[in-house]
Amino acid sequence: MIDTLRLTAEEAAALLERRELSAAELHAAYLDAIRARDGELHAYLRTVDEPDADGVPVALKDLICTRGVETTAGSRILAGYVPPYDATVATRCRAARLSFLGKTNMDEFAMGSSTENSGFGPTRNPWDPDRVPGGSSGGSAAAVAAGLAPWALGSDTGGSIKQPAALCGVVGLRPTYGTVSRYGIVAFASSLDQIGPIAKTVRDCALLYRIIAGRDPCDTTTVDLPESVELPETEHLRGLRVGVPRELNEAEGIEPGVTEAVNRAVELARELGADVSECELPRSVEYGLSCYYLIAPAEASSNLARYDGVRYGLRSETNGDTRAMYERTRHDGFGDEPKRRIMLGAYALSAGYYEAFYGQAQKVRTLIRREHDALFERFDVLLSPTSPTVAFRLGERTENPLAMYLSDVLTIPSNLAGLPGLSIPCGLSEGLPVGLQLIGRQFAENALFRVGHALERALAFGYVPSRLRDGGAV
Amino acid sequence: MSWQPVIGLEIHIHLKTRTKMFCRCELAYGLDANTRTCPICLGHPGTLPVPNARAIEWTIKLGLALGCEIADRAIFHRKNYFYPDLPKGYQISQYDEPLCRHGRLLVPGPEVDAEVGIVRAHLEEDAAKNVHVGGAAGRIHGAGRTLVDFNRGGTPLVEIVTRPDLHSADEARRFLQLLRQTVVELGISDAEMEKGSLRFDVNVSVRPAGSDELRTRTELKNMNSFAFAARGIQREVDRQIGIYEAGGEVEQETLHFDPDHELAPPLRSKEEAQDYRYFPEPDLVPLAPPRQLVERLRKEIPEPPGARIRRFESQYGLRFYDAEVLNGSVALAELYERVVSAGVDAKAASNVLMNEFARTGVEPGAVDAVELAKVIEARARIPRDRFNEALAGSGDPGFDAERYLGDGLVVETSELEPLVERVLAANEKEVAAYRAGKRGLLGFFVGQVMRETGGNADARVVNELLRTKLDA
Repeated sequence: MIDTLRLTAEEAAALLERRELSAAELHAAYLDAIRARDGELHAYLRTVDEPDADGVPVALKDLICTRGVETTAGSRILAGYVPPYDATVATRCRAARLSFLGKTNMDEFAMGSSTENSGFGPTRNPWDPDRVPGGSSGGSAAAVAAGLAPWALGSDTGGSIKQPAALCGVVGLRPTYGTVSRYGIVAFASSLDQIGPIAKTVRDCALLYRIIAGRDPCDTTTVDLPESVELPETEHLRGLRVGVPRELNEAEGIEPGVTEAVNRAVELARELGADVSECELPRSVEYGLSCYYLIAPAEASSNLARYDGVRYGLRSETNGDTRAMYERTRHDGFGDEPKRRIMLGAYALSAGYYEAFYGQAQKVRTLIRREHDALFERFDVLLSPTSPTVAFRLGERTENPLAMYLSDVLTIPSNLAGLPGLSIPCGLSEGLPVGLQLIGRQFAENALFRVGHALERALAFGYVPSRLRDGGAV
Repeated sequence: MSWQPVIGLEIHIHLKTRTKMFCRCELAYGLDANTRTCPICLGHPGTLPVPNARAIEWTIKLGLALGCEIADRAIFHRKNYFYPDLPKGYQISQYDEPLCRHGRLLVPGPEVDAEVGIVRAHLEEDAAKNVHVGGAAGRIHGAGRTLVDFNRGGTPLVEIVTRPDLHSADEARRFLQLLRQTVVELGISDAEMEKGSLRFDVNVSVRPAGSDELRTRTELKNMNSFAFAARGIQREVDRQIGIYEAGGEVEQETLHFDPDHELAPPLRSKEEAQDYRYFPEPDLVPLAPPRQLVERLRKEIPEPPGARIRRFESQYGLRFYDAEVLNGSVALAELYERVVSAGVDAKAASNVLMNEFARTGVEPGAVDAVELAKVIEARARIPRDRFNEALAGSGDPGFDAERYLGDGLVVETSELEPLVERVLAANEKEVAAYRAGKRGLLGFFVGQVMRETGGNADARVVNELLRTKLDA
C-alpha cells in the first residue's frame, strides 16, 4: 500500500531505486488517489493513464506544453489544443525519467490568485473544499497537498507558485528569473513568468529545481546556474543574516493569525542561530502592486494576441469577415480576467500613455530592484508572510478584482526584482496553513533551500491536510 | 513657379541567410505552401524567438556599407497589430534603438554626387503571405477565402529608411539601383523584386524650388520595378504640382501604383491612425555587438559600387554613363579591370564590354579576362561574325582565343581576286544593277565573297577589291 499523502518524491525515488516498488505501481497509486479525491478537488484537467517513464511521476501545470497532450492554460480559447512540441522543462523532466501524471488546473493564462478564473471550473483547497487553493497554480498546489502527485511544476508571475503553496500548506519555489527555461510555457507576462517546483518538502523542491534549471538555447533570457543545486542538510542557521522587512510584515490586510505564525517562525530562526533584524523596503511595497499591474497586463495584451482563431484553438465562425472572426473568437474564448488585463495592458502601451504608464512602471521596477539589492548587502535572506491571509472562500473575491489582486501584494515586489522566493508552511491559523516567504538574492536558491530546510525541520509542520489524515492510504 | 520634388524611400530587403530570423526553419522560395514552418514561426503558444546571429552580422555589415553608426546596444521591439499573416499578433522589429543609424550613401550622378542620408537600418522578421482565393487577381476585395502561407513568415528583413534627400525620379531610381547593388555585392541578399526579396515604398512631396519646407507627402506602394517607380514618382510629382498650381492642397494618402494603368489611384485615403503599441520585446535580451566584431565586419566590406564608379571615371578616363554601366555588376566591373590590365585600351574595352559583349548575355564572372583581351585586341583584324562568336564563347570553360584568331584572315589581294571575279561572274544581273546606280548592292557582293571564304576574309580588303572591279 502506498500512502501518497505522506510519501515524498525523495522517498518515492528511493523506493524505485531499491526496487521495492515499480514505476507503474507508483503511477497507478497516484491515479487511484486522483480517482478517489479529485472529483471533489478538481486539481487536474486531465491525467495521463500510462506512465511513459520509469521514474517518479510529476504533475504539470496546464500551461506547460506537452507534445501530444492537450494544453489549454486554463482557457477555453485553447480547448482541444494539442502542442506539437514539448516545453524545455517537460523535456528535462522526461530526461530525468519523470512520468507525467497529468495537467493541473489553473487560473486562465495564469491570471488570478484562486484558480477560480479557470475556464474549466475552480479547484478546491484540500484543507477545506469551501476554500480556494490559491492561484494561479492552484491545481498543482492542491494536487501535492492532497497526495495526488508527489510533486508538481507550477508557474509564478506575481506569486502564482508561492501563494497557492502557502494556501495549501506545501512548499513552492519561484526561481530566480532566467534560471528556468520559459520555452514552451504559454506566456502571460514574459519578463516575470518563471516555472518552479511545488512539493511537500524543501529537499523535494531542490531536487526538482535541479532537474529543470539551467541555460536553454531556446530561451535567450536564461543563464547557466553560477553554482550547482545543493540538497540542504544542515539544521542550524548560524552565521546567517536574516532581514525582516517591516513593510512586508506589517502591510495592511495581513491577518493576525498569519502574523502570529510568521513571528513564531522568525523567532525560531533566531533560536536556530540566525542573526535576525528588522529592515525596510518602503517603495517596493508601496508601488509594487501598481507597477506589476501595468507591466504584466501590458506584456499579456501582446502575448495573448496570437489567440486569433486562425491557426489553432477556438475559432468562432462568422460571415467570413476576418476582423469579425477575431472579435467573436476572442469574445467567446477569453474569460473576464484576460479581457480585463488585455484592456489594461493595451491602454498602458498606447500612444500618448506609454511614458506615463508602461515607461514609468519600468522605472519603478528598476527602483524596486535597487532597493532589494541594497538590502542584500546586509542580509542573506528576507522573511515575511507569503500571503496576507489564509485560504479564502470560493466566490469571496471574484466580484472584486482589486481584493483578489491584493492576495499577491507580498509576493510581487521581489518578483519584480527578479529574485527567488520560497514559501514554506509555518503553522496554522483558523485551521488553515500559513505560508512563510523566504526571499534571496539572485541565484541564491541554495541559501533559500538551506534556511527553508532548517526551519521546516524545526517547525515540523504536518503537511497532510487535517481532514485527510485518517484516510490517506488508498 | 518652379518646383522641387522631395523624395524619401523605405526599403525592405530579405537577407539570404540559411535559416529564418527567430527559428531554424530553412529559407526557401517557391516551395509548396507551409512546408517550411515550425511551432515558433507559426506562433504556437509558449514558443520563444532566438535571433539569427548571421542576420545580425549582415545587418551590421550593411549599416557599415551605408556609413551608419553601429549601436553599442540595440533592442528588438514588438509591433502589435492583428493580421492573419502575423502569427503572433505582433512583429518583432526594432523601434527607437535600431542596430544602425545616421548613415549616408553617395549616389554618383552625371554631374555631382547626390548625398542621401540614411536615417536607420534595422532588422525585423517578415510576415507570412496571405493568399486570397476566389476573388479577382489575388486582391483582398471580393476574395472568397484567405489562405496563409507561412513559408515566408520569419524571413530576416532589413528595413532601410532614407532622409527625404532625393530630388528627382531619376535620382531615386539611381539610389535604388546603387543600394540594390550594394547589398548584392555584400553577399547578403538576392534583392530581387520578382521574388519579393527587395520591396520599397516611396514618400513624395514637392516644394517651391529654393525653399526648404516639407509639404504634405503621399506614400506610393506596390512598386514592382525601378523603372515603374521612376515613372510613378514622376506622375505623382506632376500631380502634386498640378494641384498646387490650381490652388489646391495635397492630401496625405497612400497610393497604390498600378503598372497596367501607370496611374496612382488612391488605395485608401487618409492614413489610418494605427497605434502599434511598441514596447521592448521581453523575450529577447538587448543586442550588444562587440566592437571587435564590428571592426572585423568593417574590414570585410568591399569597395562600394558608388566609389567604384567615380574611380572608373578618373582611373580609366571614362564618361560617367560608361562607368555607371560597367559597374552595373561587380563581375562586369572586375572583368573590365582585368581586361584593361591585360593591355586593352580602356575606351575600347569599355565599348566592347558595354555593347557587343553585353549582348551575348555571357556571365562576366565566368570569363577568362586574358583570353577575352586577346579577342578584343584582334577585333579589327577578324570578321565581325567571328568576333561576336568569340565573345559569345568567352564564358565557356577552357575558352581559347587562338581558335578564333588562329588562321588569321585572308588579306592578300592575290588570294581574294579570283573569288571576287567568280562572285561577279555568277551575279551578272546584280552587277548591271549596281553599275546602273544601285550602290546599295555592294553589301550583297561583300556578303557573297565572305561566304565563299567562310568569313575569313578581311572585309576592308574585300570592299576595296569589289569597288575597284565594279567601278572599273
